[in-house]
Amino acid sequence: MRGNAAMHDLVGPSTLDAVLDLLAADPGAWTPIAGGTELMVAFAAGRLAAPKLISLWGIPDLRKIEVTPQSIVIGGAATFIDLRRHAAIAAELPLLAKAASWIGSVANQGRATLGGNLVNGSPAADSSPALLAYDAEIELISLRGRRRVPYSEFHTGYKRNVLAADELLYAIHLSRRFAHHVQYLRKVGTRRAMAIAKVALGATALLDKGVIREIRLGAASVAPFPTRLLQTEAALLGQTITRDTIQSAQRALLAEVKPIDDIRSTSEYRRRVAVNLLDEFLLQLRREESQ
Amino acid sequence: MSTSESATSSKRWPAIRFNVNGEARIVKVPAMKRLLDVLREDLHLTGTKEGCGEGECGSCSVRMNGELVNSCLVPVLQAEGADIQTVEGLALDGELHPLQEAFLCHGGAQCGICTPGMLMAAAQLLDQSPHPDMAEIREALAGNLCRCTGFMRIFESVAAAVDAQSASPATRLTTEQMHHAR
Repeated sequence: MRGNAAMHDLVGPSTLDAVLDLLAADPGAWTPIAGGTELMVAFAAGRLAAPKLISLWGIPDLRKIEVTPQSIVIGGAATFIDLRRHAAIAAELPLLAKAASWIGSVANQGRATLGGNLVNGSPAADSSPALLAYDAEIELISLRGRRRVPYSEFHTGYKRNVLAADELLYAIHLSRRFAHHVQYLRKVGTRRAMAIAKVALGATALLDKGVIREIRLGAASVAPFPTRLLQTEAALLGQTITRDTIQSAQRALLAEVKPIDDIRSTSEYRRRVAVNLLDEFLLQLRREESQ
Repeated sequence: MSTSESATSSKRWPAIRFNVNGEARIVKVPAMKRLLDVLREDLHLTGTKEGCGEGECGSCSVRMNGELVNSCLVPVLQAEGADIQTVEGLALDGELHPLQEAFLCHGGAQCGICTPGMLMAAAQLLDQSPHPDMAEIREALAGNLCRCTGFMRIFESVAAAVDAQSASPATRLTTEQMHHAR
């Protein structure tokens, strides 16, 4: 069954305050819609269960990208084209710039938003491994005020997150202290454009005299939501990269990932590829250390 | 500039105003109606095609405020005040756009359903990057699917339009500027 536009109310307040007023007046009644690359697909297919929608498109506060001495702060409704065109993101957050270039196609990137990618909460979300590797913080806003949560705690289950019914994802905060970290991101999908990840891994690490002093691993399509690989990180932290370390990290990874069989791949294939991506990152780490 | 109103207007719906191919238009339709359907059904601009209806195939590509968008994924309310260009807006005063000429000369169209979207994606590329190499052309068109397996000729058509542009002394103009210069 096709969607019927007359069955949905869509309003487009021109200010953030007006959006927050509506959300607060009737919490849970409204579904925010930004670039529509997810919700309009559901609408066209006749499976959009959202009688009342609020457009976030064209609210300047939500689309800002600000560079402060410590952080790059990206508005929730900044598009992936906005990210790709931003010089500081390209220079300092190459993993995020790379992920932005992988999202769908040019036409999708001009509409799809970083906040939308996170709120939608696909286990395969393209931006998530990079944001986990960069230890991003999410800023939420409502009439009650603002609060910040680590991105690694934002998702709470399959397509579930910490947003309250009257809250919006306001901004994504990224620290500028990763310039000297070794950084890695790879997505394995069916083709380069448009494909949803079978597995993706993002990583940042800091070595000191061969010892891993900091490491963050963010993975997509290995759990009900994008997730840090905390056990694998623990197996690597404080270690030098030896054959034994790599093997114990592989065992930790295989113990903590829970990929599924679906139309795009199998659990077994995803497990093997996840191990291969971890290996590739650790070899890159060792190579860059020895240079 | 003329202003036309949708034939299917209803007093229930808000008036939504935007420009299409330089012409001011007003439609009174549900705010959630897809821009694709407004273009085709209300404005009778049927050059824009529906392929998949889920943002995967690019057949419905149009340009909105200088960005390429899939018009099947744009609720028309979000086009309020926007400048929209459809494939009907590529040719000016009866003269084909250089990309259209190149598609004609190099066999860039087979069944033609993907062609309007291919042209709009290529026009967007040339405005962003007037001298793209083949890798850039492929990336720019990666969201546009051709089911006649005509990709090579499509890529070659875009490359030919780039070459034609470079060969003329009035080079380094965007496609828009090229048009106005002719």
